Amino acid sequence: MIEVQDLTKKYGELTAVRNLSFKVEKGKIWGLLGPNAAGKTTTMRILTGYLPATEGKATVAGFDVFEQPNEVKKAIGYLPETVPLYPEMTVAGYLGFVAEIKQVPPAKRKEAVDRVLKLASLESVKSRLIEHISRGYKQRVGIAQAMIHDPRVLILDEPTIGLDPAQIIEIRELIKSLRGEHTIVLSTHILAEVTQVCDGAVIINEGRLMASGSLEELTASVHGRDGVVIRVRQGGDDAAEAARRIPGAEKVTVDGNEIRIEWSPGRDLREEVARLAVEKNLGLQEMRPVATNIEDLYLKIISGGLEQ
Amino acid sequence: MRNIWSITKRELSAYFSSPIAYAVIFGFQLLFGFFFFNLVSWFNAQAMQMAQNPYYSQQANINQMVFSPLFHNTSIILILVVPLLTMRLLAEEKKTGSEELLFTSPISVGQIILGKYLACLVVLAAMLGLTALLSSMAFAYGNPELVPWLIGYLGLFLMGASFIAAGLFFSATTKNQIVAGFLTFCLLLLFLVLNWVTASGSGAWQSVLGYLSFSDHFEDMTRGILDTKDLVYYLSFSFFGLFLTHSLIQSRRWR
Repeated sequence: MIEVQDLTKKYGELTAVRNLSFKVEKGKIWGLLGPNAAGKTTTMRILTGYLPATEGKATVAGFDVFEQPNEVKKAIGYLPETVPLYPEMTVAGYLGFVAEIKQVPPAKRKEAVDRVLKLASLESVKSRLIEHISRGYKQRVGIAQAMIHDPRVLILDEPTIGLDPAQIIEIRELIKSLRGEHTIVLSTHILAEVTQVCDGAVIINEGRLMASGSLEELTASVHGRDGVVIRVRQGGDDAAEAARRIPGAEKVTVDGNEIRIEWSPGRDLREEVARLAVEKNLGLQEMRPVATNIEDLYLKIISGGLEQ
Repeated sequence: MRNIWSITKRELSAYFSSPIAYAVIFGFQLLFGFFFFNLVSWFNAQAMQMAQNPYYSQQANINQMVFSPLFHNTSIILILVVPLLTMRLLAEEKKTGSEELLFTSPISVGQIILGKYLACLVVLAAMLGLTALLSSMAFAYGNPELVPWLIGYLGLFLMGASFIAAGLFFSATTKNQIVAGFLTFCLLLLFLVLNWVTASGSGAWQSVLGYLSFSDHFEDMTRGILDTKDLVYYLSFSFFGLFLTHSLIQSRRWR
């Protein structure tokens, strides 16, 4: 549905995006993940036709972004980083205007506005002025405007930024509910957003592609280990020694009262670890998973420790 | 065409849902009303005197003595008012980021510019239309000629339309509304007085600058003379302004 090949964007001397290539299949939710200033917004602006690329090729819904920008614009719903709102308009009036310029036929405009009002739970504020509604509602108006012409592709630039935790969950649920019918690319610098919402991710840093693929592929690409950290009342080498004897445990490290036990991916030793703690009377206080592999990967990438 | 109208409608609602349009139209009417009242009073006094002299009584012409100076005064108010109307048109969109919505919608830059231009023309027409209601009172109490009065208003409208095109261009140059408004004001004032150079001689460059000035083209129209070259001047000024705006936006996005 979306295909990007060797995309490069330069602003004068500065190269914001360098030889970026990736693909997103139809009906999937894909995350564009990277720290701030990684080139996420620039990439999205190129895909939506707001900015031209310096070099490279991008196609959305089968249309070339540079050759057939109008077809692409019809196929895309876009939520920019700063939600493009007109504060002096009412929510419904604004959505009606967006429906007009997104070429929704006149007979279907009211229906389209009602549909997105419902979808984004905006019915209660539909006749209020946009300048008078809260940040969370404004963000939802932004998502509603992106959906108004029922686009095949949705491009959402940091859809949950600036929202409170309850609103973040709401927006994520909303995005997840669109899976299948819409192809979605969302940008974020929060890994949890990708692992919770997306089917796959493109990880970029300083304009360069670092890794891309489905979540499984990304996990498999790092040869890390799964594991748990247990906190016990009585730690010490005895406990560690016992943990090392668990079949499958590959690496055990001790840090005060915390013991970290790791094993290779695909296995699950949590039950064995718990049984051991009880049998040896270690006084188990806490048990938590170690950072997932994808998290390690992401951290390595953004701290600059990994070159492709 | 439908897209242009969508943009126009939104701009108009922006003008009339904020105090901008009301403040500008009110101030414009107030100043116009004062000028009109003053000129009519002066004309009255003159006419009284002239009536005593049979030779001069034929010369009291309300078109020349009231409307012509009135239109001149109005053109000066337009120089003050139009920058206030145009400064927000594109600068505000850029500042708030709402231009990203427009430029990623399946409508062309040309349609966006024309839509905004039309909206501003509608406000200008409303503003001039209200003054026309007032000045048409002269027809109830006197016998001015209709056609020169209409041509005078046509002149004001065409001049205002050129001002708007210039204002739209400066609004595209910056995201700061004050800068856009101020630069528009300076340019308009410059074009108004450009013909002053003809006072110092009649060389080639003086006559070119004189031609470029608003003043001489407007002069004829305030006296009720409709000349194609004046029409061509105003229409090409507007077209050129819109064309530059379009080129500027396109080039900025390709940089």
